[in-house]
Amino acid sequence: MSALLDVRALTKRFPVRGSERRVHAVDDVSFTIERGESVGLVGESGCGKSTLVRLVTRLLDPSDGRIVFAGRDVGVIPPAQFTHAPERRLIQMVFQDPADSLNPRFTAFDTIAEPLRRLGTPAQRAALADHVAELADLVGLPRELLGRFPHQLSGGQQQRVGIARAIALRPRLLVLDEPTSALDVSVQATILHLLAELRDRLGMSYLFVSHDLNLVRLLTDRVLVMYLGKIVESGRSEEVFDRPAHPYTRALMSAVPAPDPAARRARIALVGEPRSPIDPPPTVCRFHGRCPDGVERCTREMPVLRPGPAADHLAACHFGFAVGAPAQGSGARRSGGEPAA
Amino acid sequence: MSAVPLMSVEDLSVEFRTRHGVVRALERVGFSIARGETVGIVGESGSGKSVTAFTVLGLLPPAGRVTSGRAVFGGLDLLTASAGQLLEYRGRELSMIFQSPRTALNPIRPVGKQIADVLERHANLPRARRRDRVLELLARVQIPDPERRYHAYPFELSGGMCQRVMIALAVACSPALLIADEPTTGLDVTTQAGILDLLGDLSRTAGMATIMITHDLAVVAERCDRIVVMHAGHVVEQAPARTLFARPRHPYTARLLASTPRAGAKLADLTPIPGAVPDLRGETTPCRYRTRCERAAAVCDRPPLPREVVAPGHVVACARPL
Repeated sequence: MSALLDVRALTKRFPVRGSERRVHAVDDVSFTIERGESVGLVGESGCGKSTLVRLVTRLLDPSDGRIVFAGRDVGVIPPAQFTHAPERRLIQMVFQDPADSLNPRFTAFDTIAEPLRRLGTPAQRAALADHVAELADLVGLPRELLGRFPHQLSGGQQQRVGIARAIALRPRLLVLDEPTSALDVSVQATILHLLAELRDRLGMSYLFVSHDLNLVRLLTDRVLVMYLGKIVESGRSEEVFDRPAHPYTRALMSAVPAPDPAARRARIALVGEPRSPIDPPPTVCRFHGRCPDGVERCTREMPVLRPGPAADHLAACHFGFAVGAPAQGSGARRSGGEPAA
Repeated sequence: MSAVPLMSVEDLSVEFRTRHGVVRALERVGFSIARGETVGIVGESGSGKSVTAFTVLGLLPPAGRVTSGRAVFGGLDLLTASAGQLLEYRGRELSMIFQSPRTALNPIRPVGKQIADVLERHANLPRARRRDRVLELLARVQIPDPERRYHAYPFELSGGMCQRVMIALAVACSPALLIADEPTTGLDVTTQAGILDLLGDLSRTAGMATIMITHDLAVVAERCDRIVVMHAGHVVEQAPARTLFARPRHPYTARLLASTPRAGAKLADLTPIPGAVPDLRGETTPCRYRTRCERAAAVCDRPPLPREVVAPGHVVACARPL
């Protein structure tokens, strides 16, 4: 069976006002998401995560590349027409800040009912109240809170409403954009458990966007690490987190604080500012300049994603995998981010 | 704790008048901080962390009222000090950095000028030297190209850079105590690490004491000497960082630790804290964690809330500690 989502050589360039130059927000990105699989997308702000998400959810037009969802190329459908496409219901999103992403004038009931009213089947619309109540049960929102407005709900309850809205149409792919970063740790744990449970019950695939690697590891099967518009490393989550091959991934991991004063690890501090995403030179590694291992070769030859010793593990670094290691990711059926053909 | 703390907060109670009754936001909060020490105040939203900071700095909104307690800093009780005295202390001796740097900075004034304003108000520095001092400060907080950034407006800088400007502004007059309220919330992990490194570095080199307020235990674990855990307006536990993480004695602290993701952990290891922070309107129980606590017993309803010193510097406010 083909992958649920197959993104090929996806590129998005934004024009810079008053010039011929372009911001390379997403540059030649390829990856797949299988049915029922959770894929994490990590990287700093400005790396193109959000643009990639907006391309996949078809809120933006790609400049180049293909987005194949459930066998159909949805990348060619203009955003305005995508609202009427059958795929629209199958890709849903949970946003970062529940308070900001809920309509303050809608009760929890109205918010959850909205997608059913707009895109639901006639049967769903006829039994609206039953469906909303069922969704509330599914996300653990007490039914008596359905009449409340967002400001009358706690942060955790608000995010439950956001999740109920997103799963109302039984999507196949749920895009989670930092779903817990606005929540307290105690509430975060509850929401993460809920997301894991819903995925198993409803058989959804997740694209989980976050800069918190500890969280990504908890909820994903595979992970994509993005830096300045490019995927620099991808692979099974435990593989990438236990044996990060790209120096950026290593720096990112060393920056995550550990809740343990004894675990004071060596930090890899990134010096300097990221390179400009405006017309970056095509032969220079995007990470060069901030990279602790950078050499002259990195300015002559852009590293491409190459497989490491473990299946599916790819990294775009000349020195990523130890020298002499077998450079074969044999039979990578669920490949994470193959270099574009 | 050293003999003469830099600041000691004792028996601090604060209440807010609201349309729905009086909210007892803080009840008998006490902790102290020594010169050069870094103390973390941790708790969920609504635990009173920020109210504590605002009260100490005399920035409590009009609806808030201090009903008891003292906050002694350098022999002066900040809670009874006159507005004039506070103005002299704030910015020079006591400083604060806020959660969202972009909203805390003046959006229509270049950042360099904003730092110069602080120097003009508090530092005895001739006008001609102010600009040099600002550039020094910008370089100190590792802002690349200070000359150019001097004229930048907050919207032209990234979140991490704005926070660096905020820090430069706060440490401009070498304060003895810096209060950082969620200094890295909303920033990237790499930026967060850089900001925390910078704060640690400043406190080490300048002997500045720092109070770090956060909801994330992981942020304070590696950076603080001591940690104060707050829940619903009470200090439930305080201890040296290592002790607190190795052997938490209050059930809430243990729960908070168990809900914080750590490297290599599985989702099953992550356990949420049951219930929510209780409603603080009207009468409250002696122990405000009681309704969420799995160890609660009849003894927990007997006032007053005990404060037991279980080890040197380790205080637990629980009738049935772990």
